Amino acid sequence: MEAPAVASPYSKDLLLTMYRKMYLIRRFEERAGQQYTLGKIAGFCHLYIGQEAVAVGPNEAIRPDDYMLSAYRDHGQPLARGSDAGMVMAELFGRGTGYSKGKGGSMHVFDIEHHFYGGYGIVGGQIPLAAGMAFASRYRNEDRVTVCYFGDAAANQGALHETFNMASKWKLPVIYICENNRYGMGTAIARTSAVPEIYKRASAYDMRGEPVDGMDVLTMYEAVKDAAAWCRAGKGPVLLEANTYRFRGHSMADPATYRSKSEVEEERKNDPIPKLRDYTLKQGLAVDADFERIDEEVKALVDAAVKFADESPEPSLEELWRDTIVEPGEEDVRPRERVLGVKVTNWPKYPTGQELKVTWDLEPRAQAELADKKAGLSH
Amino acid sequence: MPELMYREALNQALAEEMERDANVYLIGEEVGRYNGAFKVSQGLLDRFGSARIIDAPISELGFGGLSVGAAMVGLRPVVEMMTWNFAILAMDQIVNNAAKLRHMSGGQLRCPIVFRGPGGAGGRLSSQHSQALEANYAHFPGLKVIAPATPADAKGMLKAAIRDDNPVIMFEGERLYALKGEVPEGEYVVPLGKADVKREGTDVTIITWSRMYYFCMQAAEELAKEGISAEVLDLRTLRPLDEEAILASVRKTNRVVIVEEGWALAGIGASVVDIIQSKAFDDLDAPVERVTGLDVNMSYAANLENATQPDAPKIIAAVKKALYRQGA
Ligand SMILES: Cc1ncc(C[n+]2csc(CCOP(=O)(O)OP(=O)(O)O)c2C)c(N)n1
Ligand SMILES: [Mg+2]
Repeated sequence: MEAPAVASPYSKDLLLTMYRKMYLIRRFEERAGQQYTLGKIAGFCHLYIGQEAVAVGPNEAIRPDDYMLSAYRDHGQPLARGSDAGMVMAELFGRGTGYSKGKGGSMHVFDIEHHFYGGYGIVGGQIPLAAGMAFASRYRNEDRVTVCYFGDAAANQGALHETFNMASKWKLPVIYICENNRYGMGTAIARTSAVPEIYKRASAYDMRGEPVDGMDVLTMYEAVKDAAAWCRAGKGPVLLEANTYRFRGHSMADPATYRSKSEVEEERKNDPIPKLRDYTLKQGLAVDADFERIDEEVKALVDAAVKFADESPEPSLEELWRDTIVEPGEEDVRPRERVLGVKVTNWPKYPTGQELKVTWDLEPRAQAELADKKAGLSH
Repeated sequence: MPELMYREALNQALAEEMERDANVYLIGEEVGRYNGAFKVSQGLLDRFGSARIIDAPISELGFGGLSVGAAMVGLRPVVEMMTWNFAILAMDQIVNNAAKLRHMSGGQLRCPIVFRGPGGAGGRLSSQHSQALEANYAHFPGLKVIAPATPADAKGMLKAAIRDDNPVIMFEGERLYALKGEVPEGEYVVPLGKADVKREGTDVTIITWSRMYYFCMQAAEELAKEGISAEVLDLRTLRPLDEEAILASVRKTNRVVIVEEGWALAGIGASVVDIIQSKAFDDLDAPVERVTGLDVNMSYAANLENATQPDAPKIIAAVKKALYRQGA
């Protein structure tokens, strides 16, 4: 094998981890699509095929205890975080062994153990939540960041503009990743947007905003590593516009006739999975057999996930009356404990109201008073 | 017991809970340096600092949703809506996120947050600023909805709301803030979900909440002069409804008048009637009467504004109808 011109700055372990996760998402989604056509999955089911790099690169660039949340196209991120594939599939199947006991389905995957705070079905509705999670980190003086995904079409929601204003003004440690797959359902983003380059909108709020190649996992990784360091340093929020493409329709119900065949074929040449594989091979950090082994392992894992979901019971009817109101003394449900009987050790834990000391001065008084004095106001 | 204004009672509750729990913060328009549009947060910025008393931009959806996110990860936000009319902009975050988080996550998340602010008629403000909107929120599973009438209840229920692990929607009143009443000092917590018999009576039950309570008490005093003994049941919490208290009073008096500031169609009173007819039909000696706001938008002109709302004479007339004493 030829030696690479420049040594890779990435370890074999990192590259293979990213490959494995992207392929896991790909395989999981292919099987989910197939199960949908078999009638095992119903309702809205939005696949992530083509966008895998946008979930995996960022996840490897942040810490496991950083927060993440997304819209309804939400199977990829929790799998990248490390969620149990069988329990995610069971949620899609509407079974009691799913992460949300089958109450949420495809659009609402939540895995708090892995700090994945959910998929949200109202376009743009998760954007303010993410700022609030980052607000809480700042309030408690933690150096945690929050990563929030949303679609290109969500950029036209008022929620985004209201949130960007506050996030920037209060320098909240949140990374917004716009997954620009160029369409909101059947509408090309340029048809409904005065400024179709979403990253530019950050400038209206004096916020850092950049376009990123969302079809390249290493570029995504670097962008988020840098953004996370920026956030942790207290410099405020970052908007990354990940230019990507979904190889399938908007949801399983969409044959995507609004796109030309040639457009889709052209984009498929950018498939992030073979791209990473080729890079790793060229760097001499792995051989074909490594990938073949990973592929086989992942296939077996996803087969087992489908089997687990299919063999799982529906939720009991008593579940109807749970999880609407928290009763006094009621604990939170830890899914892997409930379903698999494993001890969950990294459930989030927060200081009590007596332990917590809030030192953050959100609007420094001295500064504000000085501004008032200049304006001729007295105190 | 010291007498306090409703707004002072709320201020006391906020200060005590913020002292007790550093996870509690208050956010809203004008809550900080301006000391609150209705002065509920008077003095709190100086006491607790700018990270805990936060002047928000005019972005109800934004700061409402931001606070839902903060509550998801362990803080206990109190979100002041300058009035509930403006909170309509935040309804998506309240209804689609706060009320559904525990459900969508299958019990993994909780959302301990209070949304509070004045509801009901403002007083010569026309239709956009004068609406009793509590029925809208009472409709949603996953929320608790409260509407205390007295300063003591305002204090005790706000404290309970802040300690509750669910999203609580609190309706105060622009025209309640300056009313005075006795308020217990210190640790005074009124449990949510419990109605209160504010006046005992034997001939008829008047069921109400929030500002209408005062018209009901006025009507009850007038009726007493005519030898009619009216019981006044203050619901205080609108979700969940205190069925037990409603039915107990109906079984005692056998006649009911429900007084509601908001509109009749799909109002809270309609649900109370339904509880009564399905669970205490045999205890009724007359059809349940309702006094509600008229089915029109609120006008600015003083006479039109007054005519739109329930008042003591309308309540007295309804009571007499329920007692078959019309024209008496
Ligand atoms: C507020 C709201 N309006 C409309 C919809 C219906 N809807 C669901 S997804 C979608 C398109 C969103 O596209 P985008 O934000 O680009 O995300 P993508 O699906 O491409 O990932 C629409 C219109 C919705 N769920 N919520
Ligand atoms: Mg899109």
